[in-house]
Amino acid sequence: MADEVVLLDFRPSPFGMRVRIALAEKGIKYEYREEDLKNKSPLLLQMNPVHKKIPVLIHEGKPICESLIAVQYIDEVWNDTNPLLPSDPYQRAQARFWADYVDKKIYDNFSKISASKGEEKEAAKKELIQVLKLLEEELGDKSYFGGHNFGFVDIPVVSYYPWFKALETFDSLNVGECSKFTAWAKRCLQKESVAKSIPDQRVINELFVELRKNSSTE
Amino acid sequence: MASNQEEVTLLGVIGSPFVCRVKIALKLKGVEYNYVEENLANKSELLLKYNPVHKKVPVFVHNGKPLAESLIIVEYIDETWKNNPILPSDSYQRALARFWSKVIDDKIVGASWKSVFTVDEKEREKNVAETHEALEFLENEIKDKKFFGGEELGLVDIAAVYVAFWIPLVQEIAGLELLTSEKFPNLYKWSQEFVNHPIVKESLPPRDPVFAFFKGRYESLFASK
Repeated sequence: MADEVVLLDFRPSPFGMRVRIALAEKGIKYEYREEDLKNKSPLLLQMNPVHKKIPVLIHEGKPICESLIAVQYIDEVWNDTNPLLPSDPYQRAQARFWADYVDKKIYDNFSKISASKGEEKEAAKKELIQVLKLLEEELGDKSYFGGHNFGFVDIPVVSYYPWFKALETFDSLNVGECSKFTAWAKRCLQKESVAKSIPDQRVINELFVELRKNSSTE
Repeated sequence: MASNQEEVTLLGVIGSPFVCRVKIALKLKGVEYNYVEENLANKSELLLKYNPVHKKVPVFVHNGKPLAESLIIVEYIDETWKNNPILPSDSYQRALARFWSKVIDDKIVGASWKSVFTVDEKEREKNVAETHEALEFLENEIKDKKFFGGEELGLVDIAAVYVAFWIPLVQEIAGLELLTSEKFPNLYKWSQEFVNHPIVKESLPPRDPVFAFFKGRYESLFASK
Protein backbone atom coordinates (compact mmCIF):
# COMPACT_ATOMS: atom_id res chain seq x y z
CA MET A 1 0.00 0.00 0.00
CA ALA A 2 2.88 2.39 0.77
CA ASP A 3 4.23 1.96 -2.72
CA GLU A 4 0.85 2.16 -4.43
CA VAL A 5 0.96 3.40 -8.01
CA VAL A 6 -2.17 4.42 -9.91
CA LEU A 7 -2.39 5.74 -13.46
CA LEU A 8 -5.38 7.77 -14.63
CA ASP A 9 -5.29 7.40 -18.37
CA PHE A 10 -7.10 7.12 -21.70
CA ARG A 11 -5.87 4.27 -23.85
CA PRO A 12 -5.66 6.12 -27.21
CA SER A 13 -3.70 9.04 -25.69
CA PRO A 14 -0.07 9.42 -26.80
CA PHE A 15 0.66 11.21 -23.52
CA GLY A 16 -0.73 8.33 -21.49
CA MET A 17 1.27 5.94 -23.62
CA ARG A 18 4.51 7.60 -22.51
CA VAL A 19 3.81 6.95 -18.85
CA ARG A 20 2.69 3.37 -19.58
CA ILE A 21 5.97 2.74 -21.42
CA ALA A 22 8.06 4.18 -18.57
CA LEU A 23 6.20 2.08 -15.97
CA ALA A 24 6.69 -1.02 -18.11
CA GLU A 25 10.38 -0.27 -18.67
CA LYS A 26 10.86 -0.23 -14.90
CA GLY A 27 8.65 -3.26 -14.29
CA ILE A 28 6.40 -1.29 -11.94
CA LYS A 29 3.08 -2.82 -10.93
CA TYR A 30 0.27 -0.30 -10.97
CA GLU A 31 -3.47 0.13 -11.05
CA TYR A 32 -4.69 1.35 -14.42
CA ARG A 33 -7.86 3.44 -14.49
CA GLU A 34 -9.40 4.35 -17.82
CA GLU A 35 -11.05 7.78 -17.81
CA ASP A 36 -14.11 8.75 -19.80
CA LEU A 37 -12.95 12.13 -21.11
CA LYS A 38 -16.55 13.26 -21.63
CA ASN A 39 -17.30 12.46 -18.00
CA LYS A 40 -14.13 12.96 -16.00
CA SER A 41 -13.93 11.27 -12.62
CA PRO A 42 -13.92 13.32 -9.39
CA LEU A 43 -10.50 11.78 -8.70
CA LEU A 44 -9.05 13.17 -11.95
CA LEU A 45 -10.47 16.63 -11.27
CA GLN A 46 -9.10 16.52 -7.75
CA MET A 47 -5.67 15.25 -8.77
CA ASN A 48 -5.20 17.59 -11.74
CA PRO A 49 -7.23 20.73 -11.01
CA VAL A 50 -5.02 22.94 -13.20
CA HIS A 51 -5.35 21.06 -16.48
CA LYS A 52 -8.03 18.42 -15.73
CA LYS A 53 -6.22 16.12 -18.16
CA ILE A 54 -4.77 12.65 -18.30
CA PRO A 55 -2.31 11.11 -17.74
CA VAL A 56 -2.05 11.55 -13.99
CA LEU A 57 0.38 9.32 -12.16
CA ILE A 58 -0.52 8.90 -8.50
CA HIS A 59 2.23 7.59 -6.22
CA GLU A 60 1.53 7.09 -2.52
CA GLY A 61 -1.56 9.25 -2.93
CA LYS A 62 0.33 12.19 -4.52
CA PRO A 63 -0.34 13.23 -8.13
CA ILE A 64 2.27 13.87 -10.80
CA CYS A 65 0.85 15.57 -13.90
CA GLU A 66 2.31 16.18 -17.38
CA SER A 67 3.60 13.08 -19.16
CA LEU A 68 7.30 13.97 -19.46
CA ILE A 69 7.42 15.19 -15.86
CA ALA A 70 5.89 11.86 -14.79
CA VAL A 71 8.43 9.93 -16.89
CA GLN A 72 11.31 11.83 -15.25
CA TYR A 73 9.79 11.18 -11.83
CA ILE A 74 9.52 7.46 -12.57
CA ASP A 75 13.14 7.43 -13.75
CA GLU A 76 14.36 9.20 -10.60
CA VAL A 77 12.40 7.13 -8.08
CA TRP A 78 12.91 3.71 -9.68
CA ASN A 79 16.54 4.37 -10.43
CA ASP A 80 17.83 0.84 -9.94
CA THR A 81 16.84 -0.44 -13.38
CA ASN A 82 16.71 0.59 -17.05
CA PRO A 83 17.70 4.26 -16.80
CA LEU A 84 15.63 6.38 -19.20
CA LEU A 85 17.75 9.52 -19.00
CA PRO A 86 21.54 9.64 -19.42
CA SER A 87 23.67 10.17 -16.31
CA ASP A 88 25.81 12.93 -17.86
CA PRO A 89 24.24 16.39 -17.26
CA TYR A 90 24.94 17.62 -20.80
CA GLN A 91 23.51 14.46 -22.40
CA ARG A 92 20.54 14.77 -20.07
CA ALA A 93 19.95 18.37 -21.13
CA GLN A 94 20.15 17.34 -24.79
CA ALA A 95 17.60 14.57 -24.18
CA ARG A 96 15.26 17.08 -22.53
CA PHE A 97 15.78 19.47 -25.43
CA TRP A 98 14.75 16.89 -28.04
CA ALA A 99 11.78 15.68 -26.02
CA ASP A 100 10.66 19.32 -25.75
CA TYR A 101 11.21 19.80 -29.51
CA VAL A 102 9.04 16.78 -30.26
CA ASP A 103 6.21 18.14 -28.13
CA LYS A 104 6.42 21.60 -29.64
CA LYS A 105 6.68 20.63 -33.29
CA ILE A 106 4.80 17.38 -33.76
CA TYR A 107 1.68 18.21 -31.77
CA ASP A 108 1.29 21.67 -33.32
CA ASN A 109 1.59 20.33 -36.83
CA PHE A 110 -0.86 17.50 -36.13
CA SER A 111 -3.37 20.13 -35.03
CA LYS A 112 -2.68 22.29 -38.06
CA ILE A 113 -3.13 19.40 -40.46
CA SER A 114 -6.44 18.46 -38.84
CA ALA A 115 -7.77 21.99 -38.76
CA SER A 116 -6.87 23.13 -42.26
CA LYS A 117 -7.36 22.30 -45.91
CA GLY A 118 -5.68 22.91 -49.23
CA GLU A 119 -2.42 24.85 -49.25
CA GLU A 120 -2.29 25.35 -45.49
CA LYS A 121 -2.72 21.63 -44.94
CA GLU A 122 -0.03 20.75 -47.46
CA ALA A 123 2.36 23.21 -45.81
CA ALA A 124 1.77 21.64 -42.38
CA LYS A 125 2.30 18.16 -43.83
CA LYS A 126 5.57 19.33 -45.37
CA GLU A 127 6.71 20.80 -42.06
CA LEU A 128 5.95 17.55 -40.29
CA ILE A 129 8.11 15.61 -42.74
CA GLN A 130 10.89 18.16 -42.13
CA VAL A 131 10.55 17.50 -38.39
CA LEU A 132 10.93 13.77 -39.02
CA LYS A 133 13.98 14.40 -41.18
CA LEU A 134 15.58 16.49 -38.44
CA LEU A 135 14.85 13.73 -35.95
CA GLU A 136 16.45 11.24 -38.34
CA GLU A 137 19.56 13.44 -38.40
CA GLU A 138 19.59 13.48 -34.61
CA LEU A 139 19.17 9.70 -34.51
CA GLY A 140 22.08 9.20 -36.92
CA ASP A 141 23.40 5.66 -36.84
CA LYS A 142 22.21 4.96 -33.33
CA SER A 143 19.67 2.24 -32.63
CA TYR A 144 17.70 4.60 -30.43
CA PHE A 145 17.79 8.32 -29.66
CA GLY A 146 19.20 7.21 -26.32
CA GLY A 147 22.08 5.36 -28.05
CA HIS A 148 22.23 1.62 -27.44
CA ASN A 149 19.28 1.90 -25.13
CA PHE A 150 15.74 3.08 -25.58
CA GLY A 151 15.22 6.24 -23.55
CA PHE A 152 13.75 9.63 -22.84
CA VAL A 153 13.54 10.91 -26.42
CA ASP A 154 12.41 7.62 -27.95
CA ILE A 155 9.39 7.57 -25.64
CA PRO A 156 7.55 10.72 -26.79
CA VAL A 157 8.45 10.16 -30.46
CA VAL A 158 7.12 6.60 -30.49
CA SER A 159 4.00 7.77 -28.62
CA TYR A 160 3.04 9.77 -31.71
CA TYR A 161 3.56 6.80 -34.04
CA PRO A 162 -0.10 5.67 -34.17
CA TRP A 163 -1.08 9.21 -35.13
CA PHE A 164 1.51 9.29 -37.89
CA LYS A 165 -0.02 6.05 -39.19
CA ALA A 166 -3.46 7.65 -39.11
CA LEU A 167 -2.21 10.68 -41.03
CA GLU A 168 -0.64 8.33 -43.55
CA THR A 169 -3.99 6.58 -44.03
CA PHE A 170 -6.28 9.60 -44.06
CA ASP A 171 -4.11 12.48 -45.24
CA SER A 172 -1.55 10.70 -47.42
CA LEU A 173 1.28 11.87 -45.21
CA ASN A 174 4.30 10.31 -46.85
CA VAL A 175 5.98 8.87 -43.75
CA GLY A 176 7.61 6.24 -45.95
CA GLU A 177 9.89 9.01 -47.24
CA CYS A 178 11.63 8.77 -43.85
CA SER A 179 13.06 5.28 -43.94
CA LYS A 180 15.32 5.73 -40.92
CA PHE A 181 12.37 6.85 -38.84
CA THR A 182 10.31 3.88 -40.02
CA ALA A 183 13.14 1.46 -39.19
CA TRP A 184 13.59 3.04 -35.76
CA ALA A 185 9.84 2.82 -35.08
CA LYS A 186 9.84 -0.86 -36.02
CA ARG A 187 12.69 -1.43 -33.57
CA CYS A 188 10.74 0.33 -30.79
CA LEU A 189 7.57 -1.61 -31.51
CA GLN A 190 9.48 -4.85 -30.93
CA LYS A 191 10.13 -3.81 -27.35
CA GLU A 192 7.69 -5.33 -24.88
CA SER A 193 7.17 -2.05 -23.02
CA VAL A 194 6.13 -0.31 -26.24
CA ALA A 195 4.13 -3.19 -27.69
CA LYS A 196 1.96 -3.52 -24.61
CA SER A 197 1.51 0.26 -24.23
CA ILE A 198 0.57 1.15 -27.79
CA PRO A 199 -3.14 1.53 -28.52
CA ASP A 200 -4.84 -0.50 -31.24
CA GLN A 201 -4.42 1.26 -34.60
CA ARG A 202 -8.07 0.60 -35.50
CA VAL A 203 -9.19 2.47 -32.37
CA ILE A 204 -6.90 5.37 -33.29
CA ASN A 205 -8.24 5.43 -36.84
CA GLU A 206 -11.85 5.43 -35.61
CA LEU A 207 -11.08 8.24 -33.16
CA PHE A 208 -9.36 10.16 -35.92
CA VAL A 209 -12.41 9.97 -38.16
CA GLU A 210 -14.68 10.99 -35.28
CA LEU A 211 -12.49 14.01 -34.39
CA ARG A 212 -12.39 15.12 -38.01
CA LYS A 213 -16.16 14.80 -38.37
CA ASN A 214 -16.72 16.89 -35.25
CA SER A 215 -14.39 19.65 -36.36
CA SER A 216 -15.88 19.87 -39.82
CA THR A 217 -19.42 20.31 -38.51
CA GLU A 218 -18.39 23.29 -36.36
CA MET B 1 33.63 26.84 -7.60
CA ALA B 2 34.36 27.01 -11.33
CA SER B 3 37.93 26.20 -12.35
CA ASN B 4 39.98 28.59 -14.45
CA GLN B 5 39.41 26.38 -17.48
CA GLU B 6 35.62 26.70 -17.50
CA GLU B 7 34.35 28.72 -20.42
CA VAL B 8 30.79 29.89 -20.15
CA THR B 9 28.99 32.06 -22.68
CA LEU B 10 25.41 33.30 -22.77
CA LEU B 11 23.81 34.68 -25.92
CA GLY B 12 20.80 36.83 -25.10
CA VAL B 13 18.83 40.01 -25.49
CA ILE B 14 18.27 42.49 -22.73
CA GLY B 15 14.47 42.42 -22.86
CA SER B 16 14.00 38.66 -22.71
CA PRO B 17 12.53 37.05 -19.59
CA PHE B 18 13.92 33.71 -20.75
CA VAL B 19 17.47 35.05 -20.91
CA CYS B 20 16.91 36.63 -17.49
CA ARG B 21 16.12 33.21 -16.01
CA VAL B 22 19.55 31.97 -17.06
CA LYS B 23 21.25 35.12 -15.73
CA ILE B 24 19.63 34.61 -12.32
CA ALA B 25 20.73 30.96 -12.20
CA LEU B 26 24.31 31.84 -13.12
CA LYS B 27 24.43 34.66 -10.55
CA LEU B 28 23.01 32.36 -7.88
CA LYS B 29 25.81 29.87 -8.57
CA GLY B 30 28.48 32.56 -8.81
CA VAL B 31 29.48 31.46 -12.30
CA GLU B 32 31.49 33.93 -14.39
CA TYR B 33 30.47 34.11 -18.01
CA ASN B 34 30.80 36.02 -21.26
CA TYR B 35 27.60 37.71 -22.31
CA VAL B 36 26.82 38.41 -25.95
CA GLU B 37 23.93 40.76 -26.74
CA GLU B 38 22.23 39.57 -29.91
CA ASN B 39 20.37 41.61 -32.47
CA LEU B 40 17.34 39.46 -33.25
CA ALA B 41 16.77 41.31 -36.53
CA ASN B 42 20.26 40.29 -37.57
CA LYS B 43 21.17 37.07 -35.75
CA SER B 44 24.84 36.31 -35.35
CA GLU B 45 26.50 33.35 -37.00
CA LEU B 46 27.27 32.09 -33.53
CA LEU B 47 23.58 32.03 -32.58
CA LEU B 48 22.58 30.25 -35.77
CA LYS B 49 25.40 27.75 -35.29
CA TYR B 50 24.58 27.02 -31.65
CA ASN B 51 20.79 26.94 -31.94
CA PRO B 52 20.03 25.87 -35.50
CA VAL B 53 16.75 24.25 -34.48
CA HIS B 54 14.97 27.27 -32.96
CA LYS B 55 17.38 30.15 -33.74
CA LYS B 56 16.37 31.83 -30.47
CA VAL B 57 17.91 33.18 -27.29
CA PRO B 58 18.94 32.26 -24.66
CA VAL B 59 21.74 30.04 -25.88
CA PHE B 60 24.12 28.77 -23.24
CA VAL B 61 27.56 27.44 -24.15
CA HIS B 62 29.68 25.56 -21.63
CA ASN B 63 33.17 24.58 -22.76
CA GLY B 64 32.04 24.72 -26.39
CA LYS B 65 28.86 22.68 -25.87
CA PRO B 66 25.64 24.59 -26.61
CA LEU B 67 22.24 24.33 -24.97
CA ALA B 68 18.92 26.00 -25.69
CA GLU B 69 15.57 26.44 -23.90
CA SER B 70 15.74 28.45 -20.67
CA LEU B 71 14.41 25.90 -18.17
CA ILE B 72 16.55 23.12 -19.64
CA ILE B 73 19.57 25.42 -19.31
CA VAL B 74 18.68 26.26 -15.70
CA GLU B 75 18.44 22.56 -14.78
CA TYR B 76 21.79 21.93 -16.45
CA ILE B 77 23.37 24.79 -14.50
CA ASP B 78 21.91 23.34 -11.30
CA GLU B 79 23.32 19.87 -12.03
CA THR B 80 26.75 21.20 -13.00
CA TRP B 81 27.37 23.72 -10.23
CA LYS B 82 26.24 22.19 -6.94
CA ASN B 83 26.23 25.22 -4.62
CA ASN B 84 22.96 27.04 -3.85
CA PRO B 85 20.69 24.32 -5.22
CA ILE B 86 17.86 25.47 -7.47
CA LEU B 87 15.86 22.25 -7.60
CA PRO B 88 14.84 20.37 -4.47
CA SER B 89 16.53 17.03 -3.73
CA ASP B 90 13.25 15.16 -3.13
CA SER B 91 11.91 13.55 -6.33
CA TYR B 92 8.28 14.52 -5.71
CA GLN B 93 9.19 18.13 -4.92
CA ARG B 94 11.27 18.19 -8.11
CA ALA B 95 8.28 17.00 -10.12
CA LEU B 96 6.16 19.76 -8.56
CA ALA B 97 8.81 22.40 -9.33
CA ARG B 98 8.93 21.29 -12.96
CA PHE B 99 5.12 21.21 -13.10
CA TRP B 100 4.66 24.80 -11.88
CA SER B 101 7.46 26.09 -14.12
CA LYS B 102 5.66 24.49 -17.06
CA VAL B 103 2.34 26.07 -15.98
CA ILE B 104 4.06 29.45 -16.20
CA ASP B 105 5.32 28.72 -19.71
CA ASP B 106 2.17 27.01 -21.00
CA LYS B 107 -0.59 29.01 -19.34
CA ILE B 108 0.74 32.36 -18.23
CA VAL B 109 3.36 33.66 -20.66
CA GLY B 110 1.30 33.27 -23.84
CA ALA B 111 -2.05 34.39 -22.42
CA SER B 112 -0.65 37.43 -20.63
CA TRP B 113 1.30 38.51 -23.70
CA LYS B 114 -1.74 38.12 -25.93
CA SER B 115 -3.79 40.13 -23.39
CA VAL B 116 -1.70 43.08 -24.47
CA PHE B 117 -0.24 42.50 -27.91
CA THR B 118 -3.38 41.45 -29.79
CA VAL B 119 -5.34 43.79 -32.00
CA ASP B 120 -8.72 42.04 -31.62
CA GLU B 121 -10.51 43.18 -28.46
CA LYS B 122 -12.45 39.95 -27.91
CA GLU B 123 -9.20 37.94 -28.22
CA ARG B 124 -7.57 40.23 -25.66
CA GLU B 125 -10.46 39.82 -23.22
CA LYS B 126 -10.34 36.05 -23.59
CA ASN B 127 -6.63 36.08 -22.81
CA VAL B 128 -7.08 38.37 -19.81
CA ALA B 129 -9.56 35.85 -18.36
CA GLU B 130 -7.15 32.98 -19.02
CA THR B 131 -4.31 34.90 -17.40
CA HIS B 132 -6.35 35.61 -14.28
CA GLU B 133 -7.34 31.96 -14.04
CA ALA B 134 -3.73 30.83 -14.26
CA LEU B 135 -2.45 33.49 -11.84
CA GLU B 136 -5.05 32.28 -9.35
CA PHE B 137 -3.39 28.86 -9.38
CA LEU B 138 -0.02 30.49 -8.63
CA GLU B 139 -1.65 32.56 -5.89
CA ASN B 140 -2.83 29.38 -4.19
CA GLU B 141 0.52 27.74 -4.69
CA ILE B 142 2.65 30.51 -3.13
CA LYS B 143 0.22 31.01 -0.19
CA ASP B 144 2.27 32.59 2.60
CA LYS B 145 5.65 31.16 1.56
CA LYS B 146 8.48 33.62 1.05
CA PHE B 147 9.45 32.05 -2.26
CA PHE B 148 8.04 29.15 -4.30
CA GLY B 149 11.28 27.38 -3.36
CA GLY B 150 10.63 28.02 0.36
CA GLU B 151 13.15 30.19 2.20
CA GLU B 152 15.40 30.38 -0.84
CA LEU B 153 14.87 30.95 -4.54
CA GLY B 154 14.00 27.84 -6.51
CA LEU B 155 13.21 26.78 -10.06
CA VAL B 156 9.65 28.12 -9.98
CA ASP B 157 10.77 31.53 -8.69
CA ILE B 158 13.32 31.74 -11.49
CA ALA B 159 10.73 30.69 -14.08
CA ALA B 160 8.32 33.25 -12.62
CA VAL B 161 10.66 36.22 -13.21
CA TYR B 162 8.35 36.82 -16.16
CA VAL B 163 5.42 37.25 -13.75
CA ALA B 164 7.31 39.53 -11.36
CA PHE B 165 8.91 41.89 -13.89
CA TRP B 166 7.39 41.54 -17.33
CA ILE B 167 3.70 41.29 -16.43
CA PRO B 168 3.67 44.55 -14.41
CA LEU B 169 5.54 46.20 -17.27
CA VAL B 170 3.20 45.19 -20.10
CA GLN B 171 0.05 45.70 -18.05
CA GLU B 172 1.13 49.28 -17.46
CA ILE B 173 1.66 49.78 -21.19
CA ALA B 174 -1.84 48.52 -21.96
CA GLY B 175 -3.59 49.99 -18.92
CA LEU B 176 -4.65 46.50 -17.81
CA GLU B 177 -4.92 44.86 -14.41
CA LEU B 178 -3.29 41.46 -14.62
CA LEU B 179 -1.15 41.16 -11.46
CA THR B 180 -2.32 43.50 -8.70
CA SER B 181 -2.18 43.35 -4.91
CA GLU B 182 -6.00 43.44 -4.80
CA LYS B 183 -6.51 40.53 -7.13
CA PHE B 184 -3.55 38.37 -6.04
CA PRO B 185 -2.25 39.53 -2.66
CA ASN B 186 0.07 36.56 -2.00
CA LEU B 187 1.53 36.55 -5.50
CA TYR B 188 1.96 40.31 -5.46
CA LYS B 189 3.79 40.10 -2.12
CA TRP B 190 6.01 37.38 -3.53
CA SER B 191 6.79 39.54 -6.59
CA GLN B 192 8.00 42.39 -4.39
CA GLU B 193 10.14 40.04 -2.30
CA PHE B 194 11.50 38.50 -5.50
CA VAL B 195 12.46 41.64 -7.41
CA ASN B 196 14.22 42.97 -4.31
CA HIS B 197 16.26 39.83 -3.73
CA PRO B 198 19.91 40.91 -4.23
CA ILE B 199 20.66 38.22 -6.84
CA VAL B 200 17.52 39.02 -8.83
CA LYS B 201 18.05 42.77 -8.56
CA GLU B 202 21.45 42.41 -10.17
CA SER B 203 20.08 40.18 -12.93
CA LEU B 204 17.01 42.13 -14.01
CA PRO B 205 17.34 44.44 -17.01
CA PRO B 206 16.93 48.21 -16.53
CA ARG B 207 13.19 48.95 -16.57
CA ASP B 208 13.08 52.15 -18.64
CA PRO B 209 14.67 50.94 -21.90
CA VAL B 210 12.72 47.65 -21.77
CA PHE B 211 9.49 49.56 -21.10
CA ALA B 212 10.23 51.93 -23.97
CA PHE B 213 10.95 49.03 -26.31
CA PHE B 214 7.69 47.21 -25.61
CA LYS B 215 5.71 50.43 -25.58
CA GLY B 216 7.04 51.13 -29.08
CA ARG B 217 5.93 47.67 -30.18
CA TYR B 218 2.48 48.21 -28.64
CA GLU B 219 2.00 51.56 -30.32
CA SER B 220 3.04 50.35 -33.75
CA LEU B 221 0.70 47.37 -33.41
CA PHE B 222 -2.26 49.68 -32.87
CA ALA B 223 -1.07 52.45 -35.17
CA SER B 224 -2.88 51.11 -38.20
CA LYS B 225 -6.24 50.99 -36.37
